[in-house]
Amino acid sequence: MTTRKMTKGAPLSDRLFDVVIAIVMVFVVIVTLYPFLNVLALSFNDSTDSVRGGITIFPREFTLKNYSIIFSFSGLITGFKISVLRTVIGTILGLISASMLAYTLARPDFQGRKFVSKYLAITMYVSAGLIPFYLLIKDLHMMNTFAVYVLPGIVSAFNVFVIRSFIDGIPFALQESAKIDGANDFTIYWRVVLPMTTPALATIALFLAVGQWNAWFDTFLYNGSSENLTTLQFELTKVLLSTTAGNNGDYHSTNMTQVLSSVSPESVKMAITIVVTIPILLVYPFLQRYFVRGLTLGAVKG
Amino acid sequence: MQAVPTPHPAASRSVGAKKSNFWKVALRNRYLYMMSLPFVIWAFVFSYYPLWGWLIAFQKWKPGKSIWEQKWVGFDQFKALFQDDLFYQVLRNTVAMSVMGLIASFTVSITFAIMMNELRGMFFKRAVQTISYLPHFVSWAVASSIITRMLSSDNGVVNDLLMWLGLIQQPVQWMGQGHLFWGIVTVSDVWKETGWNAIIYLAAMAGIAPELYEAAKVDGASRLRQIWHITLPGIRSTIIILVILSIGNLINTGFEKQFLLGNNLVRDYSQVLDLYSLQYGIQLSRYSFGTAINIFNSVVSLVLLFTANGIFKRMTKESII
Repeated sequence: MTTRKMTKGAPLSDRLFDVVIAIVMVFVVIVTLYPFLNVLALSFNDSTDSVRGGITIFPREFTLKNYSIIFSFSGLITGFKISVLRTVIGTILGLISASMLAYTLARPDFQGRKFVSKYLAITMYVSAGLIPFYLLIKDLHMMNTFAVYVLPGIVSAFNVFVIRSFIDGIPFALQESAKIDGANDFTIYWRVVLPMTTPALATIALFLAVGQWNAWFDTFLYNGSSENLTTLQFELTKVLLSTTAGNNGDYHSTNMTQVLSSVSPESVKMAITIVVTIPILLVYPFLQRYFVRGLTLGAVKG
Repeated sequence: MQAVPTPHPAASRSVGAKKSNFWKVALRNRYLYMMSLPFVIWAFVFSYYPLWGWLIAFQKWKPGKSIWEQKWVGFDQFKALFQDDLFYQVLRNTVAMSVMGLIASFTVSITFAIMMNELRGMFFKRAVQTISYLPHFVSWAVASSIITRMLSSDNGVVNDLLMWLGLIQQPVQWMGQGHLFWGIVTVSDVWKETGWNAIIYLAAMAGIAPELYEAAKVDGASRLRQIWHITLPGIRSTIIILVILSIGNLINTGFEKQFLLGNNLVRDYSQVLDLYSLQYGIQLSRYSFGTAINIFNSVVSLVLLFTANGIFKRMTKESII
C-alpha cells in the first residue's frame, strides 16, 4: 500500500477529499458494527424490557437469563459439541488433502501433474447439483451420520491451487538438496515443504474452519431428524425459521422451539446468535495477515 | 501454473523405451502417487460420480430400484420443466438477484477499495479493514438473524431511524413484502461481503508504482484525477477477470440467503433455482424433475462461463479457465 505524504501546500479540494473519505469510513464502521453491538446488547437485556424498544448498544436491564435459558437446552449443548468436532476434524482432513495434492502438483518431475491439475480444475466448474448429490449420500448410507459433515468436502480444488501457487514460490533447490541427502518424497513434504508453507496453510485452515463452523445446510438436508447430530448453526436456523412471519413450520418443532414460544423468542434468538458468532470473532483478526496474502495468491490463475 | 516445466526425459526416445521409462519414473514417483491418488479417487466419488446421476433426469425415477430398472421417459421431465410457470418465476428471481448483486457488489467494493487506498493513517486504515471483514466470516444464519432484527417492524433500527428522520410515519414491514425482497438480499450481500471483496482490489492497487502518483502530483493533478487516471487503470485487468468469473457464476447466486431471509409472504420473489429443485426433488420426492432443474443450472453456468471466457480471450489473448 502506498503512503503518500501530504504536502503542506495541498490544495483545499484535496483536504476536503480526506475529510469526505474519513466520514464515509466512519459510516462504514458504524453500519458494520452497530448491528452486532445491538444484538449483543439485546442478548444481555431483560426480554420483557426489550419489547419496550430503545435498546441501542448497551443493555438497559442487564441479565444473564437469556443465556441461562439457551444453555439449558440439550440441543444447544449437543450442537456445540458437534460443531466443534466437525470444525476440528474437517479442517485437519481438508488441510492434509489440500497440502498433499498441492505438493505433488508443484513437483515438476511428477508424471501425473498435468492430468491431476486438470482433473481438479474441472471440479471447480462442473457440479452435478443438489439432487444427484443427495442421492449419492443416500446410496453411500451417509444419511444421519457424522461422516456426512467431514467426508464429502475433503478435496477442494480451490484450496489445492492456493497452496500450490505458494509452494511454487519456494526455491525448488531446497527440495532437491533434501533429496540428495537421501530424503524420500514424503519426508521432503513433511520436513521441508510443510514448515515453509505455514502462511498458506493458515489461510486454508481459516477458510476450512469457518466453512465447517458456519455450515447448516448439510445438517438440514441429511441429519435433520437425528437430534444427536445437530449443529449450532442448525439450531439457530430452526429458531430463525420458526419465528419468521408466515413460515408454515415444516421444520419439526423440537423442544427448543416449543419452549421459545413460551418465553420471549427474540431475546433468546439474539443470545444464540451471539453464541454462534463468538468463536469466529476470536479467531479471524489474528489470522488476518495470512488470509490477505493467501487470497491474493488464490487470485492468480489456478 | 507457474511451476518450471522440465522436459520429460523420455520425450524424444522410441515408443518402447518410453514405455519402460514410464514405469521407471512411476516407480520413482511412488510416494507422489501415494500422496495424490487417494484424493483423486475421493474427488471421483464426490465430484465426478454424481454426474452419472444425471441419467435419472431422463427417467421417472422411483427409490428402491436400480437405475437400470427405472422407466425411461426421454425429455419428458425437461418438457414439464419448461412448461411450468413456476420455473419462469424462479428463473426470473435467480437472474434478477444475480444481476443486482453483481452490479452492486462491483461498484460498492471497488469504491470502498479506492477510498481505503486513499485513507491516511495506518492505524485507522487497519482498524477499518479488520472491521469490514467481520460480516464475511459469520454464517448466513447469523447474518439473517441480525438482518431480520435490524429490519424488524418492532424496534428495528432501520424503521426507528427512518421514523426519527420523519421519512415514514408507520414502521415498514420490510420482510413481508415481495417487491422489497430482491433489494434486501442485494443490500445484505453488500453489507456482508464488501470488505472481503475489496481485499483483492487493494492488493492490485498496492502493485501500482508510486512514481506514477508522484509524477501526477508534479503535474498538478488533483486526487480525483489521480484516481481516475492512475488507480482505476491500474486495477482494470483485475476488475475484468473478476467480472468474467462472476458472469460464469451468474445463475449460481446461492440459495442460503434466499432460504433464510425468505418466508411464505415473499415466496414469489425469494424462490431461486436451487430451492426450487430442493422443494420438488426432495420435499415432493420428484427426484427426476429436481435433477432436470440441476442439469439446466449446470449447463447454463458452463455456457455462460465459456462465453465470458471467450470474450475475455478475444480481448486480452489470455484465458482464465
